Amino acid sequence: MPSEFFRSLPGGSGALRMRPNTWKKFRIDWPLLLLLIMISSYGLVVLYSASGQDADRLGRQFMALLVAFACMLIAAQFRVKTIKALAPLAYLVGVLLLAAVPLWGVDINGATRWLDLPGLPRFQPSELMKLAVPLTVAAYLSGTLLPPKFNYLLASFTIILLPCGLIVIQPDLGTSLLVATSGLLVIWLAGLQWRYVFGAVLGVVASAWPLWHFALQGYQRQRILTLFNPESDRLGAGWNIIQSKTAIGSGGWAGKGWLNGTQSQLEFLPESHTDFIIAVLAEEFGLLGVLTLLMLYILVVMRGAYISISAKEVFGKLVAGSITFTFFVYVMVNLAMVSGMLPVVGVPLPLVSYGGTAMVTLLAGFGILMSIQSETD
Amino acid sequence: MAHTVLVTCCHDLCKSVGSCPVFEKNQLRDSALEQRVFQQRMIASLVLFFFLAALLAWRYVNLQVFQYEKFATASDRNRIHTLPLEPRRGLIYDRKGVLLAENQPSYSLAVTLERVANLDELLIDLQQLFDIDTRSVEKFRQRLNRRTPYQAVPLKFRLNDDEISRFAVNRYRLDGVEIKAQLVRHYPRGEDFSHVIGYVGRINKSEQEKIFSDEQRRINYAATDHIGKIGLENYYEEILHGVVGSQYVESNAHGRVLRVLQQVDPLPGGDLQLSVDAELQQTVVGLLKGRRGSVVVLDVHTGDVLAMVSAPSFDSNLFVNGISNESYGKLRDSIDLPLFNRSLQGQYPPGSTIKPIIGLAALYHGLITSSSTINDPGWYQLPNDERYHRDWKREGHGDKVDLFQAIEQSCDTFFYDISYRLGIDRIHAFTKQFGLGEKTGIDSFNERSGLLPSRAWKRASRNKPWFPGETLNIGIGQGYMLVTPLQLAVSTAALATRGERIEPSFILSDKTPPKSNKEEVGQKENINALINASENNVSSYGSENQLDDIGVSDYFWDEIHDAMKSVVHGRKGTAQAIGRNIKYKMAGKTGTAQVIGIAQGEEYDADAIAERQRDHALFVGFAPFERPKFAVAVIIENGGSGSATAAPIARKVFDWLMLNDTSNDNKVKPAGRELPVYASNSQLPGLGDVSMNDSVEWVNNAF
Repeated sequence: MPSEFFRSLPGGSGALRMRPNTWKKFRIDWPLLLLLIMISSYGLVVLYSASGQDADRLGRQFMALLVAFACMLIAAQFRVKTIKALAPLAYLVGVLLLAAVPLWGVDINGATRWLDLPGLPRFQPSELMKLAVPLTVAAYLSGTLLPPKFNYLLASFTIILLPCGLIVIQPDLGTSLLVATSGLLVIWLAGLQWRYVFGAVLGVVASAWPLWHFALQGYQRQRILTLFNPESDRLGAGWNIIQSKTAIGSGGWAGKGWLNGTQSQLEFLPESHTDFIIAVLAEEFGLLGVLTLLMLYILVVMRGAYISISAKEVFGKLVAGSITFTFFVYVMVNLAMVSGMLPVVGVPLPLVSYGGTAMVTLLAGFGILMSIQSETD
Repeated sequence: MAHTVLVTCCHDLCKSVGSCPVFEKNQLRDSALEQRVFQQRMIASLVLFFFLAALLAWRYVNLQVFQYEKFATASDRNRIHTLPLEPRRGLIYDRKGVLLAENQPSYSLAVTLERVANLDELLIDLQQLFDIDTRSVEKFRQRLNRRTPYQAVPLKFRLNDDEISRFAVNRYRLDGVEIKAQLVRHYPRGEDFSHVIGYVGRINKSEQEKIFSDEQRRINYAATDHIGKIGLENYYEEILHGVVGSQYVESNAHGRVLRVLQQVDPLPGGDLQLSVDAELQQTVVGLLKGRRGSVVVLDVHTGDVLAMVSAPSFDSNLFVNGISNESYGKLRDSIDLPLFNRSLQGQYPPGSTIKPIIGLAALYHGLITSSSTINDPGWYQLPNDERYHRDWKREGHGDKVDLFQAIEQSCDTFFYDISYRLGIDRIHAFTKQFGLGEKTGIDSFNERSGLLPSRAWKRASRNKPWFPGETLNIGIGQGYMLVTPLQLAVSTAALATRGERIEPSFILSDKTPPKSNKEEVGQKENINALINASENNVSSYGSENQLDDIGVSDYFWDEIHDAMKSVVHGRKGTAQAIGRNIKYKMAGKTGTAQVIGIAQGEEYDADAIAERQRDHALFVGFAPFERPKFAVAVIIENGGSGSATAAPIARKVFDWLMLNDTSNDNKVKPAGRELPVYASNSQLPGLGDVSMNDSVEWVNNAF
């Protein structure tokens, strides 16, 4: 089957005409690598403009990308078997570290998310859980017959909810939702019965009211309210959404040109180099630029779906599917949030937004995808 | 490339979903079932995925294509702002081109809050460095509240050279502090002209509200923080101010201006050329030094005010950037009332200076002829009245006093008699024609109308009938009658020109219409609109107002003129002292107005009463006698007597007008509207810029 895949390649790109076996030997999936490099490069171009032509910041992002890609290639070298065996351990360590955060964590902007352990760089244990949770759930469910029985489901939910609970109290609602998503995707792909799916949907709707009043904090409620009526608070919470929509809309078909986006260059757009970077892209490169990026993301998802489908084992299928669709959830939430379809939650745009930590986790996930791909027939 | 990958991926995806590899490892599993479940979920996921991706794409298409116009406008509105540019205020010159009001660059210490790390520390530092009092700091903090972002807010005004260099030395540690240059009004002859030109000051709250109520004015004053408060600065505010310019700037989210996209230059305010002669004004100020009073000098034909002085005065420069409470308190509370413009607002009894007009009235109404005489025993009694109305001369002026003598020697008894016979109604009607009791229409908002009493007035204000005894007082310019120094000058001019009443004006009556500047046509319309709006204010500008013909025969005029000439040049004239060694002929009339009532049978003793209760000294006159050109009115408060105090001052003014100034003939045209030579632009110093005068021309055109 991979041979068919390569047969359809055009003859243009010389470096890629290595024999399939050579790519396999290094456990690299070249279509995925190529797409990720293309997205990252595009991201660097946008970041240079979004950061106010700050070469230092660009350099730091480039270095972070190098590290992240290295992590990806290293992760790809692990055998799937090993990954499956290490998953519960990683999960356990992650939960312990999360439990340690409230005790010894570093407080930044009113949230305690970082852990500063001696001998290690400062890091967020929640990042680790983004991979550890789906891996563990997949490892657990692959030990039973699909679709999983009720008690397996219950256990799986427990595996997911424990770390999520610990992340919520940091507080970091965005990350905890994403961690939960990655775990739930595994259960869903493993064949969660439809009755549970619909039940869950109904449950969410039913619990919306009590959640709104008791679980959500003031600023979280404000974000949702602002989404529906940004004009209600022009200079406060509505500012970000008004400015990002203005930036996107004023880009038009072809954009204002690189470095010429007035919304971003004149600092009307907040967080322009991090969460809101798509608004800079949309303003300067227009709809064509946005659709180009969206297409690259779609291709990554399709390649991931292909790896998932062609994976040999259930574990590989579930992990590849979860990582792939979680990646798309990141993209979707970010694009929807910046364009005013979803409330503002702190989700960066994968491979484009400035910031190293999230990128390492993300690309390590793609490394696992490559590992799975390299072990198909 | 992306396209190829897409095709490849799609191709493989379809194939693999259809034929998934069998799970061989765990033979116990129901591989087929597992495969079907997973396949089902994968397909559902992919469907959902494509749906969501399409939704996202649609969202961006909607924003970027269908709502493009809306957001493009919003984006431009974000970054492009209009900044107003302050027009240069029009200059003010005297009739010979001497600069009286100019705009000087002034340097102020300004702070931009956004660039200051710690404002409190900085202020303490600056206070020590530049010796700033706490009150200024408080005011600065108030201004700080009204600023726009990145605006430099002034802390100390009018820095001197020493302070500027001190700033330069300490600049390295004064982040966010800068020296700002702006044009500030300056009056080179502030003391001499404070009552004529007035002054500008910072726009206060009520003025601000007034400006904001008119949209056009609100825009025009967007960049202005000074406005004419009193005097000509106030009256001609619309012309002097000019038209605001604008600058389209691109600024960032913090309001910081990054570049200028487009600029419309402001149109400078129109310059004013006054009818006043700065040199004469200065001379008169010198004559009034140490006294309280007023002198008004008019051109009897054109109404040009050649000099108008109210003493004591003040320095108008004090008010431009806000006068200190201490200085203002001193001016306000001074017993000498330096802020009070006596020339326009001071209302005094005219005293004997009214006599020529009363005499003329008697001639006109045929009550007397030039040869009619009375017997003056030193007092006058109304029929059926015990009361004695005394002449100023105890023993009287003799048994045969005619009109000529009565004016020459200022015989009260004669005028008691004719005013009694005239009656208040005829006196009122006749004197009214000389402009008494009503505003002269001079270009000022502060003028008072004086008081010309009548039966109707007394009924309305006191609800009492008119008593004949009161008419006698009016006949010698006492009682209820009040005039302003300007009215005295105007009525004297009307005497001089035989009934031609002029409307006095501070603006030179015959200005050359300047050439138009075609480049500024667009703005010209703007300024015309402004001027039309203020048409009522300036309708009298430079115009002559011919009085209704009084209808007095020349013979009567000659009679009065001759008598007034004799006041100065006659042997027995009350002002004969100033007639000595005089090289020209003039006419005049002295006046001494009582400040306090003197009871029956009491002697008036000037030395015995306090200085401030002494009589006011007055003198009116015109010259040259043969072809009158100038009218002068002098009032010295508590000056004692007109002949001793006021007349000598008038003589010196006439001397200056007739002798010292060689350009006499050029200075005031006899009649018509010929143009004096010096009035053309080319010969006026500092008037090289044609556009400066354009607005003045438009004013002329507008009427």
